[in-house]
Amino acid sequence: MNLSIQNKEYTGVHPHKFLLWCAMAGMVMMFAALTSAYIVRKSAGNWLEFQLPSIFWMNTAVIVLSSLTLHASYKSYCNGKEQLYKGLMLITFVLGLAFLVLQYQGWLAMNAMDIWLNTNPSASFIFVITGIHAAHLIGGVTALTIAMVYAFKLTFKVTERRKNRFELVLIYWHFVDILWLYLLIFFILQ
Amino acid sequence: MANIDIVTQEELAHGHDDHHDDDHHGDKFQSGFFSRYVFSMDHKTIAKQFLITGIIWAIIGAAMSIVFRLQLGFPEESIAWLKPILGKWIVVDDAGIGSLDQDFYYALVTMHGTILVFFVLTAGLSGTFSNLLIPLHIGARDMASPMLNMFSYWFFFLAGTIMFASLFLSTGPFAGGWTAYPPLSAVQSSMSGSGAGMTLWTVSLVLFVVSVLLGGMNYITTVINMRTKGMTMWRLPLPIWAFLVTAILGLLSFPVLASAFFLMIFDRSFGTSFYLSEIFINNAPLENVGGSPILYQHLFWFLGHPEVYIIILPAFGIVSEVLSVHSRKPIFGYKAMVMSILAIAVLAFIVWAHHMFMSGINPFIANIFVLFTLIIAVPSAVKVFNWIATLYGGNIRFNSANLFAIGFVSLFISGGLTGIFLGNSAIDIPLHDTYFVVAHFHIVMGVAAFFGMFAGIYHWFPRMYGRFMNETLGRLHFWGTMIGAYAIFWPMHYMGMAGVPRRYYNFTAFESFNQFAAMNQFITIAAIVVFALQIVFVINFFYSIFNGRKQKKMNPYGANTLEWTAPVNAGHGNWPGAIPHVHRWAYDYGKDGQEFIPQTVPLKPGEKDMGAH
Repeated sequence: MNLSIQNKEYTGVHPHKFLLWCAMAGMVMMFAALTSAYIVRKSAGNWLEFQLPSIFWMNTAVIVLSSLTLHASYKSYCNGKEQLYKGLMLITFVLGLAFLVLQYQGWLAMNAMDIWLNTNPSASFIFVITGIHAAHLIGGVTALTIAMVYAFKLTFKVTERRKNRFELVLIYWHFVDILWLYLLIFFILQ
Repeated sequence: MANIDIVTQEELAHGHDDHHDDDHHGDKFQSGFFSRYVFSMDHKTIAKQFLITGIIWAIIGAAMSIVFRLQLGFPEESIAWLKPILGKWIVVDDAGIGSLDQDFYYALVTMHGTILVFFVLTAGLSGTFSNLLIPLHIGARDMASPMLNMFSYWFFFLAGTIMFASLFLSTGPFAGGWTAYPPLSAVQSSMSGSGAGMTLWTVSLVLFVVSVLLGGMNYITTVINMRTKGMTMWRLPLPIWAFLVTAILGLLSFPVLASAFFLMIFDRSFGTSFYLSEIFINNAPLENVGGSPILYQHLFWFLGHPEVYIIILPAFGIVSEVLSVHSRKPIFGYKAMVMSILAIAVLAFIVWAHHMFMSGINPFIANIFVLFTLIIAVPSAVKVFNWIATLYGGNIRFNSANLFAIGFVSLFISGGLTGIFLGNSAIDIPLHDTYFVVAHFHIVMGVAAFFGMFAGIYHWFPRMYGRFMNETLGRLHFWGTMIGAYAIFWPMHYMGMAGVPRRYYNFTAFESFNQFAAMNQFITIAAIVVFALQIVFVINFFYSIFNGRKQKKMNPYGANTLEWTAPVNAGHGNWPGAIPHVHRWAYDYGKDGQEFIPQTVPLKPGEKDMGAH
């Protein structure tokens, strides 16, 4: 029994994808709140200025690359290239983990500069906002893990249903990537 | 009428068949007791779960208000008789006089607010009716994701369990007000409830935010994507518009609250200073420097103001539907109703600082917020005008559901007018934090939203349980609550204008406020009477589930909407066989000499669809 029958004449978007868009709207609001809190707090003074550790650039390269590999994996899936699809997905997974490790290294690098969570609100904001972003990335890695289980356990077949599921992971992964770029640009401009 | 019923049945057969019943193994989601009644994915069952959990919380929250009303009305009387229930929170002196612990008084006020705002009027109202009505009104088998919908309830349940547990802490539940302003909320040692009590409060509300978001995502997706054939947006019944906009408001504002709580958690437990600066506890300075408590207020009220519309919009929708059905008239100004809901939703996001006029914001910025706040009166007045115009000349049925809907309009006017007072930053200087504010928000979003909820419960009780609630008790409930609610809150306006501050434990030491001692007694007695009437409602509710008058006709009120085309005991999937199609808007009452024309009836040649634009 399939309860979620969509009515294609209205949006043409699968309900699950629409749900994801809604969830992403909520996440955007959450980060908008955090970054506007950052601006409001900064304008109040007593604000420690410091250089972001260079590890944050490596981080950025890794996450952008992972978005590209996952997109390539999706294209390979649609074109029926099984090995490429699985391989690229595995690479994305590794890159996702690498981002988390580098993020942790970035925090350690900040600590090495004697900037701790409670040194100054400017530092606290960076730790907390990047931390919440990392938590969202862990969600993405979890989704990717499930996608990998499907990729390696099920016999390879290109179906609408599986394509749709893959797209859910892909959209979310791109979202977390773009979110990171936004945060990085935000921190640099501020 | 018989004719119309037959047409409806024929139309049902003409709906589209999605082979919902082809699975002869039955509904795999509902095979056992647990999957049917406990971890159910059926939106109708989840709605009942939200409703009954909401009722339980409403009783707890209201009982708390009775305890602190006893303190306010009869500060000299002994309440030692409450000791078996409240234990150490009743302090009995040597003479045997029992009085309420002062910290616990604040805890009660805080919990009353938290429970009523979040658990009862958000989850209990929007959770119940969005779940019940969205799929049934739009012609869908269930929500877009029945599983997320189930999780939405269970996150709410978990949030409730944790909040309930916090009531039994030896240090007491959180006591710093439902808005949880820092520093009382952010410094663990600031008062007894700020330690473990506040920790549980925060955890509970973060889980609650998850519940609201899961539910809201689902409601939006379902309304946008899963309407049956012919159900255009302009044919949607008004409750669905209200639930859709409510869900959008929640989706955009609750994450901001979550952000505020995350920063709060770091301040409480990890030594950061987002909200804290130069605070002295027991004459010793804290280390936190550089934070701003106003920042929390901005984040909180960015949720907090849309939250009041999250509470009242579902009531708007329910009342519009109930008034139209029971006045046997189309809703007056359907499109204006939709537009005013949208206008209120947009304005909801740009008025939050009117809660902070006295927090030291720039008066020039305050002026802008005054302007936007007062503009809300325009769409609100449009709605009130349309409700009254809907009633005008109608063939009104004065049953419990409609009485509560009419009562809602009265309360919304009285409470809305005082909002215009408070929306002016200059008038807010003398009135802020007085009983005037208490009276305003209790009437306009407390009692009014409750009236919307009661109207919905009496009206859709047959849809939920296949039986009717007792009418006599329902009318007693209405008249008692209507008169009683005004008796409680009307006098509070005068107290507020005389400057009596809210949240005070005792006024006997203040010469100028002591003149209201008798009025406080009157309010307390009225509150007790109203509370007793709500118990009558609860008894009526549970008694009627099992013993109420049976619903014999599929469409007992002669209503146009789709929920009455599904069988009384509809299982998961709502319609056995085909899903009905929709051919017209939901408000064809009294058109072309017919009392009502259900949405499933095709338009006659040349007939104009009132919903089409």
